[in-house]
Amino acid sequence: MEIDPFIFRLSIFILSIFIGYYVVWSVTPSLHTPLMSVTNAISSVIIVGAIIAGLAGSSDSVFNVSSIFGFLAISLAAINIFGGFLVTQRMLAMYKKKKKDKK
Amino acid sequence: MISANLSAVFYLISGVLFILALRGLSSPETSRQGNFFGILGMVIAITVTFLTIGNFSSGFLYVIVFLLIGGLLGAFIAYKIPMTAMPELVAGFHSLVGLAAVFVAISAYLNPEAFNLGSPGNIKLLSLIEMSIGAAIGAITFSGSIIAFLKLQGIMSGSPITFKGQHPLNALILISIIVLIYLLCSTQSSNLFWILLAVSFLIGFLLIIPIGGADMPVVISMLNSYSGWAAAGIGFTLENTALIITGALVGSSGAILSYIMCKGMNRSFFNVILGGFGATDQSTVSQNKEQKPVKSGNAEDAAFLMKNASSVIIVPGYGMAVAQAQHALREMVDTLKKNDIKVSYAIHPVAGRMPGHMNVLLAEANVPYDEVFELEEINNDFANADVAFVIGANDVTNPVAKTDPQSPIYGMPVLDVEKCKSVLFVKRSLSPGYAGIDNDLFYKENTLMLFADAKKMTEDITKNL
Repeated sequence: MEIDPFIFRLSIFILSIFIGYYVVWSVTPSLHTPLMSVTNAISSVIIVGAIIAGLAGSSDSVFNVSSIFGFLAISLAAINIFGGFLVTQRMLAMYKKKKKDKK
Repeated sequence: MISANLSAVFYLISGVLFILALRGLSSPETSRQGNFFGILGMVIAITVTFLTIGNFSSGFLYVIVFLLIGGLLGAFIAYKIPMTAMPELVAGFHSLVGLAAVFVAISAYLNPEAFNLGSPGNIKLLSLIEMSIGAAIGAITFSGSIIAFLKLQGIMSGSPITFKGQHPLNALILISIIVLIYLLCSTQSSNLFWILLAVSFLIGFLLIIPIGGADMPVVISMLNSYSGWAAAGIGFTLENTALIITGALVGSSGAILSYIMCKGMNRSFFNVILGGFGATDQSTVSQNKEQKPVKSGNAEDAAFLMKNASSVIIVPGYGMAVAQAQHALREMVDTLKKNDIKVSYAIHPVAGRMPGHMNVLLAEANVPYDEVFELEEINNDFANADVAFVIGANDVTNPVAKTDPQSPIYGMPVLDVEKCKSVLFVKRSLSPGYAGIDNDLFYKENTLMLFADAKKMTEDITKNL
């Protein structure tokens, strides 16, 4: 008997929860704010679905209701992707070690 | 156009890169590299999507246009936002993830052929279940985050909004969501899909309004978790590994942060969610303590105390951020260090308005991260320190949490500030903090209250050093 592909996806999902659990516990508490902003950015990989929806229209009618929602979702996710990664970068650039020689 | 198998492999790679992005955050040295992995994973996922569809017609142009509009807006916000406003920003970003999930679910529902899910009115059962769960959680994330954003921004009052029958109403709505999903899957009626969305928006709104401003760290973490589960739901619908992995990572990350925040306040998760904290306690507190003597001093006294100390521990709180005193504080510490005084910072888990907020603010003021310590790391050092300098923090230093079982914050882990030889407490007045409880520390023998604006006081002390 064949196994439904859904079961494989479910396996990936469950195992990823465990990976997430252990990886996040190892994040140092001082970086919890960047953790939130970067998780924000990566969860916007939902843009993949938005792109599929946006490109689904035929060549003579690019804008049907479904693809309009797709386009809007692309913009929303893009705000998050660019905003999330850049603000994380900005924060992480501020975490510096003590300078031993100076001052 | 590339094959479905090849693209699945690439999605897996980008999922792994996202795991590495979070892994990088285990220490500040590796964190920047981690962020790079995250960006790389995102670029791979987007590129592969384009290549898989292989449709570079006029629609492609619009995709790029909308992508750039969003991207420019996001980049602009990221560079402009002040670090004190990070909680609002993160809440705002959560709402966008939620809304994007809803929009993707709507377009998948309207045009299932594009996603290989069947035809309109005859969508594969499993896909419809996944889709409606993703859409419902996305909608809850959206409206909940909007409320959190408004409360953090101060547009909406931070005090909890409660009314009679609130909990039964919420329970009823949550049950109706499950019933709606069941009916939707059995009838495929599009009306039910729209009702489901409307009800989910409503419950997100109702769930967050009773939660008070002081509990915002928990709320933000919780919504972070929701946005992850929404993404995972959509990931199942799209049969996309990258999205499933990411959703699971973000979901568990948010859940862990909520747990840490709840533990930092010694409250159960349900206690926070059911709300009402902060408003109800005010009547029972600050009854008989008004007349106790308080020692207050000025900047010169404080400077004198610190000059003669050999070690000083700084306890910053949200008040420091409000007064924008972090840079002035760093300058004061620089002067102290020139006088060979050992300085460290002690940060309580729930200091600030979101997890790790205080650390970011100190980092922005160029405080080296290896001088900043968490509660467990530094709590034993207070007994050996000469001066504790409390600036903008209150409830997290209140010894009543250890001594008075009647207190609403009893059992909450607090910084043992009172064990220091002397305590300097910068505060505007004797008013109680967010939890609405009087702080015994104000009346201790060895406490010197400095009544002033945090920034001005810090600058004055620096002048007197």
